[in-house]
Amino acid sequence: MSENVPTEHPANAAVSAGDPRFLSQDDLSVDTHQIVAPDGTYDAADVPDLDAEQFQDLYRWMLTDRVFSRRMVSIQRRGELGTFGSTRGQEASIIGSAYTLQPDDWLYVGRAWTPMFMRGVPMKDMILFWRGIEEGQQSFAEHNCQIAISIGSHLPLVAGLAWGMDLSGDDAIATAYLGDGATSTGAAHEAINFAGALGVPALFYCQNNQYAISLSADQQTAANTLAQKALAYGMDAIRVDGQDVLAVYDAVTEARERVRNGEPVFVESVTYRMDAHTTSDDPTRYRSDEEVVAWEAVDPLERYREFLESEGLWADIDHDGIVEEIEAEFDAALEEANAFAERGIEEIFAHVYAELPPELQRQFEEFSDLLERRPEMYDHIEQRPKG
Amino acid sequence: MQATIVEAVNDALHTEMAADDDVVVFGEDVAASGGVFRATDELLEEFGGDRVVDTPLSEIAIVGAATGLAMYGYRPVAEIQFSGFLPPAFDQLVTNASRVRWRTRGALTAPMVVRMPYGAGVRALEHHSESMEGAYAHIPGLKVVAPSTPHDTKGLLLASIRDPDPVLFMEPKRIYRSFREEVPEEDYEVPLGEATVRREGSDVTVVSWGSMMPPTLEAADEADADVEVVDLRTISPMDAETVVESVKKTGRAVVVHEGPRSHGVGGDIVARINDEALMYLEAPVERVTGFDTPVPLLSMEDYYFPHPPRILDAIEDAMSV
Repeated sequence: MSENVPTEHPANAAVSAGDPRFLSQDDLSVDTHQIVAPDGTYDAADVPDLDAEQFQDLYRWMLTDRVFSRRMVSIQRRGELGTFGSTRGQEASIIGSAYTLQPDDWLYVGRAWTPMFMRGVPMKDMILFWRGIEEGQQSFAEHNCQIAISIGSHLPLVAGLAWGMDLSGDDAIATAYLGDGATSTGAAHEAINFAGALGVPALFYCQNNQYAISLSADQQTAANTLAQKALAYGMDAIRVDGQDVLAVYDAVTEARERVRNGEPVFVESVTYRMDAHTTSDDPTRYRSDEEVVAWEAVDPLERYREFLESEGLWADIDHDGIVEEIEAEFDAALEEANAFAERGIEEIFAHVYAELPPELQRQFEEFSDLLERRPEMYDHIEQRPKG
Repeated sequence: MQATIVEAVNDALHTEMAADDDVVVFGEDVAASGGVFRATDELLEEFGGDRVVDTPLSEIAIVGAATGLAMYGYRPVAEIQFSGFLPPAFDQLVTNASRVRWRTRGALTAPMVVRMPYGAGVRALEHHSESMEGAYAHIPGLKVVAPSTPHDTKGLLLASIRDPDPVLFMEPKRIYRSFREEVPEEDYEVPLGEATVRREGSDVTVVSWGSMMPPTLEAADEADADVEVVDLRTISPMDAETVVESVKKTGRAVVVHEGPRSHGVGGDIVARINDEALMYLEAPVERVTGFDTPVPLLSMEDYYFPHPPRILDAIEDAMSV
C-alpha cells in the first residue's frame, strides 16, 4: 500500500516565486520519428535490422492493402457489399505496425483489415464481414482479432485482454488500433488510464488519419499532438511518420518490447485517409483537392519503393506480378463468399445466449410460423448482398 | 450459518474464488477497504492482490475491461459501487459485453458478473438509489438478477459467476442487513431464469423481487385475501411461466416494483399475463411502482418506493372487481 507523505517528488523539486508559471503543451517538444525522408533519403544506420525477404514482405503486404481496398470499393459500387471503409494512404501505418505483432498478440482494430490476413484470416471472411454476415467475425475471433465499429469502445476491452495476458503470464500483448476521433471519447481515456494504472501489456496505436468522417484533426482537439495526451496518464508515447513504413516498424517494435514488460505505450502515427471515410461519404464536401494532392506526394508505397531501389531490392520485386496474384486471391475469395450458403432465420436468434431462453424460443417459433403461413412476407424482405 | 444478504454475497465470493482460480474481483475500493458495504471483505487477504484489485474510478473501464478479461478466459466479478454509477458504462454493456457471443457466433464469450447495490431507502446522495432493472433487462444478451433473501443471494451469485453469459447482479441494499436466515455453508446454486413462489395463496398473485419483497410479504400477511407471492429473482430472461401459472390459479394479479412505472418491467409482466392468461383474469392487473421521476433526495425518498399500504391498496382493488 502506498503512503501519502507530504514530501516532494524529485521531479517536482523546483519551487518558483513571483507570478505563477503556466505549464503549457508548448513546453513539450514532440518529435516525429522518421527513417526515410519524403525525398527518399535516409541514414543507413537507422534502417531496421530486417532481411531482404522481410523488406520485400512489407511491400507485398502494403500492396495487398491497396489492392484489397480498391477491389472492395469497386464491388461495393456494384451493390455487392453494404458499405466499406477504404484504407488507401494508410498502408505504411497499418502494415509497419502490424508486422511487429506475434500470433498470440491480440489485435482490435478500427480501420486496418490487412493485418488480419497477416494473421491467417481468409479474405473471404473479410468480404463476409462487410456483407453483414457474422461468420466473418467468428473467423476473426479465432485469429485473436476483431473490428470495432463503435469508436473508442474497444479500448477498455483491450485493457481487459491485456490484463488477462498479465494474469496468465502469457508472452503476448493486446493492441488497440484507434483513430484521431477515438481520442476524444471517454472510453479511450478511461481505458488508457486503466491500463497504465494496472500496468498491463496494452499497446494503443492511434492512426491520426486527419479526419473523423468530416471533422479534421485540428477541429477534433486543441492539443498540438495526440501523442502528448498519453503523458497525462503516465504513459510513454511515440509520434511517428505514418507514411514511412520503416519508421513505423521501428517505433512499434520498440513500443512492443516495453509493452511486453507491462508498460503500456501510446503511438501516434501521422497518416492520411486518401479515400472517403466509407463508401457512404463524400469527402469533397469537407476537404480540398490541394490537400489531397499534397498527401499524394508523400504516398507511402512510393517512398518505400525509393528505399527498396536504393538498397538494390526493387529489382527482385515483380510489382505487376504481385498485383495479379492479389487480384486472383481476391477473385477466389469473392467466389467463395458468393458461395456462402444462405442462412435460416434461426441465425438471428442463435448466440444471443449460450442457451435459448423460452421467450426467445417463442419469438423464433412465432416468426417461423408466420413465414410459413404468409409467404408474401418474402415480398417485403429485401435480398441481402450476394453471399 | 445465519447470514444477511451482504454476508451471503461475501460468502459466495469467498466460495467461488476458492473453487475457481479464474475468478477475479475488482472495482473501486473493493480490495484494501473491503468495499463500502463490506461485500468484498477479507478477499484481498485470502486471495491476494492479483485476484482482488482496487481499480481507478472508471466505470467504463471496469465494465469494458471485465469484458476483455472474460473474453480472455477469466471469470471477472466487477463491482459498481452504486447502481447510479452504472449508466456511464451502459455503453459497454450494450455495445460489447452483451454482444460478444453473438458478434463472434460463439467463438468468444463474456462470462462475467457486474455486481451493484441498487434501490432507495438508505438516505444516500443523488445517484445512489436507482432501480433501473427495466433499462438493463432491455439489453439482449445480458442477464439481470435481483435476489431478495440471503439464501437466494448466495445461490444466485454462484450461479451467475458460473453462467456462460454476462450477468448484472443487482443487490437490494436497503435489505442488505435487515434480516438473517440460514445460509448453507456448502456450495449450492439457485438457477438463473427461475422464479419462486415465496408464499402460496389462492385469491391473488403478487409479483415482486429484490428490495420490494419484504413490503410485498408484509402486505400479503395483512391482506384480507389469500395472497400468493411470486419472487421473480431473475428479471431477464424472465420466468413468465411461473407467473402465468400462478395467475391462472388465482385469476388476479398485482405487480410491484421500485423502478419508474412507464416502460418498466411491470408493463412487460402485464403483457405476458395478457398473452397467456387473459381469459383467466377476473380483474385488470394492477401495478404498484415508483414514479416516473428521479428518486427524490433523502428528505422525501420514503414517499417514492412502494410501502405495504400501497401494495395492500392494489390488492384490494384487484379483489374488488
